[in-house]
Amino acid sequence: MADRSRRRPPLGRWALRLVVVAYLGLLVAWPVGLVARNALDGGLANIRDILEEPDTVHALRLTAGVALTSVAINTVFGVGISLLLVRHRFPGRRLLSALVDLPLSVSPVVVGLALVLVYGGRDGWLGPTLEDLGLQVIFAPPGMVMATTFVALPLVVREVVPVLEEIGTEQEEAAHSLGAGAWATFRRITLPSIRWAVVYGVALSLARALGEFGAVKIVSGNVAGRTRTATLVVEEKYLNFDQGGAYATAFLLTLVAVACIAVVTLVRPDQSGGRSP
Amino acid sequence: MSIEVRHVSKRFGDFVALDDVSVSIPTGQLTALLGPSGGGKSTLLRVVAGLEQADSGTVEIEGVDATHLRPQERNVGFVFQHYAAFKHLTVARNIAFGLEVRRRPKAEVRRRVQELLELVHLEQFADRLPSQLSGGQRQRMALARALAVEPRVLLLDEPFGALDAKVRKELRDWLRRLHEEVHVTTVFVTHDQEEALEVADEIVVIDAGRVRQVGTPDELYDSPADDFVMRFLGPVTQLGGDLVRPHDIELHTSPVEGATAGTISRLVRVGFEVRIDVTTADQVVLVTATRPQVQALGVEVGTPVWVRPVAGAATVPAAGPAPDDDLVTA
Repeated sequence: MADRSRRRPPLGRWALRLVVVAYLGLLVAWPVGLVARNALDGGLANIRDILEEPDTVHALRLTAGVALTSVAINTVFGVGISLLLVRHRFPGRRLLSALVDLPLSVSPVVVGLALVLVYGGRDGWLGPTLEDLGLQVIFAPPGMVMATTFVALPLVVREVVPVLEEIGTEQEEAAHSLGAGAWATFRRITLPSIRWAVVYGVALSLARALGEFGAVKIVSGNVAGRTRTATLVVEEKYLNFDQGGAYATAFLLTLVAVACIAVVTLVRPDQSGGRSP
Repeated sequence: MSIEVRHVSKRFGDFVALDDVSVSIPTGQLTALLGPSGGGKSTLLRVVAGLEQADSGTVEIEGVDATHLRPQERNVGFVFQHYAAFKHLTVARNIAFGLEVRRRPKAEVRRRVQELLELVHLEQFADRLPSQLSGGQRQRMALARALAVEPRVLLLDEPFGALDAKVRKELRDWLRRLHEEVHVTTVFVTHDQEEALEVADEIVVIDAGRVRQVGTPDELYDSPADDFVMRFLGPVTQLGGDLVRPHDIELHTSPVEGATAGTISRLVRVGFEVRIDVTTADQVVLVTATRPQVQALGVEVGTPVWVRPVAGAATVPAAGPAPDDDLVTA
């Protein structure tokens, strides 16, 4: 950093930096910062207040549970789908690749409605059968996990696929020729090679899962103390003019999500080759 | 025979990589698969290792039908052109890999890794990562890793292809000496005829998915089966309707039996060698001779000369299946 300031970048580069900083500042940093400021308006009072409400505490716990479950599912299936997409050639591979991206382009509300159509307890396509078997999906945690998993699906895959493509198959072939079976090769060679991509994908998925709102609002039924998640609490409080509580809850959510990304950014070895400023 | 390949064919889409290939690799020897790029030699090696499935045909390794065995069941050592080092493991752990997946006792693994580190002269690099080694060191590590599991055959795919000329030469000599020490049946793929002639006990020439000729380096050089093998293994020139090696042509200053008349049109000295172009009635023949020979003949540009192949010279018809009885035609 020291020699960079000595080199004195030309004016154009300064202007470019200023634009980028202003853009990110106005769009991201400042608004998020204001949430923190509002949440901490009267010291820790707002946060203490929400932590004393049983419904809000339940919502935070539920959010954590749903998010962790869906991240676990997405990690296993994300790595599996990535291996399938990169290491195998089969008819419909490009279609599958496009399908993986679908959750990024479909509005979460639509995802919620679609899940209700299939798993709805009264007139869903599969729902009544499942309810007869004693499994309620919609208006219950299973549906919320499904909705959250759906929206965060591409994040692990899109991190892992390019790394798998880059490392190629030679190391895996070498492992096979040395006597390692499929599982041993995956555990000893492939997984260590893609671990940073997986960690990063997990962190992004977790951040995304914690913040999911639209799809979960539809499938959860939003019952306080039962199926209301943290983001739904934020909305509820905001609409009920409990701004302090809304900001405090939003602040807690943001804190965890930012922490996820920050930890990964700090822990991940510098792969770009450049120093971070 | 250590490896028996019978009627193996392999296509990639429309491209025919191997076309009904049958070849026997002798036990305990160093065999080269030699041919131009894209000729199918790497594919053949990968089929033997099980990294590629043949469309038809069988592969037998040490008397066992391996056609349908997976790579991990074949017990072959494979060395890749670009090393395929396990980047996240140290040199010692790389070498230990095959033993670890076989769940050998820790003490045995440690002892064997130490032996192999010494064999490939990497003792002081045991705890380094592959990224901290040079190309030649990485390839030696890959060799030790392949040898660790005591494979029945050792397969090397262009093992020196990614190295610079000097290291290449060193590693080539080293491989030859290593083979004399370890004596495992070894097959290596190369497109460098000098490498094959220098290192191999036996050479299989492969082009366009077919085996063109199998033999010792001397056999291939001295009696090539066709014009392709002749051209691929060394310098050639055309004299009449035949291909001849330029150093197998005699130069005479007076007419001799069976010789073709011509005139020296160019004479270049390159180190110990003199390259002479002789223009005959219908072609330009390249002749190489030593400097003393040329001085003794006293020839220079413009001198009329007569050229013919030396007795016992290797010749093949220039192209196609033309009759090869008369050595010289004018």
